[in-house]
Amino acid sequence: MQHGKYRFIVGFLVVPMALYVIFVIWPFIQSIYYSFTDWTGLSPDFKMVGFDNYAKMLDDDVFWKSLQHSVLLAVLLPLVTLGLALFFAFMLNVGGRRRKGAAVTGVRGSGFYKIAYFFPQVLSIAIVAILFQFAFDPAQGMINGTLKAVGFDDVPTWLGDPDLALWVIMAVLVWCTTGFFVVLFSAGMASIPKDFYEAALLDGASRFTTFFRITLPLLWDTVQSGWVYMGILALGAEGFAIVHIMSVGPGGPDYSTTVLPLYVYQAAFRDGQAGYATTIGVALLIVTLAFAAIVMRVGRRERLEF
Amino acid sequence: MGSTSAHNNEGLGRRDLIKRSAALGLIAVPTMSFLSACASGDSSSDDKVEKGEKTDKNPLAVNGSAPLEIVIFDGGFGTKYAEDAKAVYEKTYPEAKVKFSATQKIQSVLQPRFNGGTPPDLIDNSGAQQMDMGVLVGKKQLTDLTPLLDAPSIDDPAKKVRDTLRPGIVEMGQFDGDPVWIMYYAYTVYGVWYSQTALEKLDATYPETWDDMLALCAKAKKEGIAGWTYPGKHPYYLPFSLYPFIAKIGGVEVLDAIDNLEPKAWEHPAVKAAFEAYYELVAKGYILEGTPGLDHRGSQGAWARGKALFIPNGSWVENEEAAIIPKDFKLSVGAPSGLDSSDKMPFGTIWASGGEPFIVPSKAKNPEGGLEQLRIMLSEASSKSFTTSTKSLSAFNGGTDGIELSDGLKSGVAALEKAGTNVVNPRLQDWYVKLQKEQIGVAALGEMMAGRAKPAETIKKIQAFADATAKDQSIKHFKHQ
Repeated sequence: MQHGKYRFIVGFLVVPMALYVIFVIWPFIQSIYYSFTDWTGLSPDFKMVGFDNYAKMLDDDVFWKSLQHSVLLAVLLPLVTLGLALFFAFMLNVGGRRRKGAAVTGVRGSGFYKIAYFFPQVLSIAIVAILFQFAFDPAQGMINGTLKAVGFDDVPTWLGDPDLALWVIMAVLVWCTTGFFVVLFSAGMASIPKDFYEAALLDGASRFTTFFRITLPLLWDTVQSGWVYMGILALGAEGFAIVHIMSVGPGGPDYSTTVLPLYVYQAAFRDGQAGYATTIGVALLIVTLAFAAIVMRVGRRERLEF
Repeated sequence: MGSTSAHNNEGLGRRDLIKRSAALGLIAVPTMSFLSACASGDSSSDDKVEKGEKTDKNPLAVNGSAPLEIVIFDGGFGTKYAEDAKAVYEKTYPEAKVKFSATQKIQSVLQPRFNGGTPPDLIDNSGAQQMDMGVLVGKKQLTDLTPLLDAPSIDDPAKKVRDTLRPGIVEMGQFDGDPVWIMYYAYTVYGVWYSQTALEKLDATYPETWDDMLALCAKAKKEGIAGWTYPGKHPYYLPFSLYPFIAKIGGVEVLDAIDNLEPKAWEHPAVKAAFEAYYELVAKGYILEGTPGLDHRGSQGAWARGKALFIPNGSWVENEEAAIIPKDFKLSVGAPSGLDSSDKMPFGTIWASGGEPFIVPSKAKNPEGGLEQLRIMLSEASSKSFTTSTKSLSAFNGGTDGIELSDGLKSGVAALEKAGTNVVNPRLQDWYVKLQKEQIGVAALGEMMAGRAKPAETIKKIQAFADATAKDQSIKHFKHQ
C-alpha cells in the first residue's frame, strides 16, 4: 500500500520533529552562528567577526588547559566509575558464597548495599559538592582531621594544591555517580539467565572467568551506553557543577581544575563575551561528538541474542 | 532481544535521505538572517513615559503617575534599606505604581530583558552574578546620572547631590569621560582586619611598619597563633591590603599605571618591595596552615576564632561573620603597615570605595523615576536606615550621627578620618574582572602566597596577563581621568 504512505509517516512525525528542531537543533545552529559574532550577551547589537573567535581560542592557553582536563575527565571517569560499578554489581548479584537452593547469589547483605550505593544519586550534585568541600577543608575538614588523628602531621591542602585538586574533583565525581551504575548493571545482570552461570559453575569456572566470559559479554550493550552517558556527564553538567562549586577560584589553583563548560560559563556570564563563549561551546560540542563516536566505534561488537 | 534491519527497498532510501537533508540545509541558510533578530529585540521602540512637570520639589521632572520598576540584589545587605526608600517614593508620588523585586541572580533575571530592550528603571547590579559594567557602558546601555548629581539634595535644596557624597564616589561611576554611569551606594573600607583584644593579649598595638608586623607575627607564632590568613580559594582578597600598600610605598601613580594597563607598570620597584614583603609572611611560616584551601567563610571563621591575627578584607566582614565574632573581639581595621620611612604616602593610606552599584538603564521606560529613587536613597534619613540595617556606611557623606555604631564601623570611620585625602581607589576589580580575580588573584597571588611561586616570577606572570588584557581588542579599555 504505497499510496499516502509518506503523508502517513509525516503526519506522525511532524510534531515531535518540530519540537526537536525548535528546542534542540535550532539552539545548536544559533550558537554556531553566534560563535562568528562579537556578541557581548548584554546588549542586542553585535556584528560578524568571521573566524576571529576561533583564532583567539586556538591561541588561548586557558582553553587548551580546559580541553586537556575535560578530555582527561571523559577518559578516566568512565573507566574508573564503570569498573567499580561492574565489580560491585557482580559482587551483589553473582559474587556470593554458594547457598542452598540457588546456584548464584550476591554477597550477604547485598540488598542493603544496593540501597546504600544508590544514596549519592538521590542527593543533588550541588549538595554533594558542598559536603565534600567541607570534608576536604584543610583546617577543619573531616579528612585532614582523620589523617591528623592517626598521626600524619604534614597534611595536604587538597583543593588548594594544584597537583591534587583535579584528583579530588574526580574522586567526588566517582563517588556520586558509581551508585547509579551499580543499580543499572544489577538490573542488567538480573536479566541474564541463571542457567548460564549454573552451566559454567558445573564446568568448574572460577568467578573471574564467569565475569569475563559470561557477565561482561552479555552486559556489553548496557556498559556501552553507560560509557557514553558517563562521558557526557564528565564533559558537561556534573563536571561543571563540581568544579564550579568546589575548586579554588573556581578553576584553580592556577587553572589546574578548569574544564570546558566552566570556561564557557565564565566567558559568557562573567566576562560579557557571549560570542567567544559559544565558540568554546562549539569546541565542546565537537569533543562530545568525537567521544561518543569513538566509544560507539571501539565498543562495536556482534550482538549476542539470548 | 533481536536485531532489525531494513527489509525492503520501499522505505526512505539512503540517497533520498541525503538529498532531503541537503534541501533542509538550503532552507536553513536564508533563515540565518532571522537568527540575528532573535538576539536583538526591537531596539527602535522608544516608548518612554512622558516627563512630569519640573518644580522645586520635583527637580528631575518625574511623572508622578508613571509606574516604576526596581530590581535589587538580595545579598549581604538585605533589602530592607531599599524597601524603606521605596516607601518614601510611594508616599511622595501616591499615584505611581512601584514594582519592587529582589534577586540573587541579577544576570539570569535581567540579561534577557536588556537583550529585549525592556530593562527595569533602577537596578542594584551586584553580587556574584553581576553584569559586566564595562560591557554595559561600552554598549550604551546605561543612563548618564549627571542630572541626578546636579539636582538639589533632599535634605538641603541649596546643595547639589554631588556635594553630599563621600570622596571617590562620583569618579568611580565614570568610565570614559564626564558622564557618570553608576551610583555606588554602599561605602566599603578595605584593609587589614583584626581583633583589638587579640593584640592586647599579645601586649601589642597595630604595627605601623613591616618590621613591626614581622616581629608581631613572630611573637604570635610562639603562642601558636598564625600571623595572617586569607581566603585561599579567593586570593583576590589579598589586594585589599596589598594595593594600598603598593600605593603607600610608591605613590598613587603606581596604582594608576597598573589600572591603565601601562607596559611595565607591575615592574615598578614599589610593587616588587610589596610582593617581597608579603612573600616573607609565607617564607617565615606566618600564614595559617591550610589557608590556600580555605574559602572566605573558612578563613574568616578561623580568624574570628583567634587562630590568626590579621585578614585582608572589606567592611562587610562584620555583618558576614556577625554570628561567630565574639562579643569582646573589638573588631578593627588597620591601614596597611608601611615598609620604611622612605614610603611616599603616610601611614593611614587606605583603600575605600563604593559598593552596591546602582544603574539606570538607558532603555528604561521611566528613567526619571529611577533617578528620583536614587535621590531619595541619598538623603540623610535613607542613609541612616541603610547604616542601621547593614552596619555599613553609605555613599552619603555623614549620616552616622545619632545612631549607635558597631565596633567595626566605628573603626572604619576612624580609619577614614585618619586617612583624610589619602584614600586610594584601585579600579582593576571593576574594570577588568577576569584580570583581577582569576589571573592576578588566583593564578598569580594565590600561587605566591601558597609558597609555590617567587615574587619575581609572580610579577612577570602578572605583567604578562596585564599586557594580554591591554592587547585584547574584545575587552573595553578604560583610563584614569
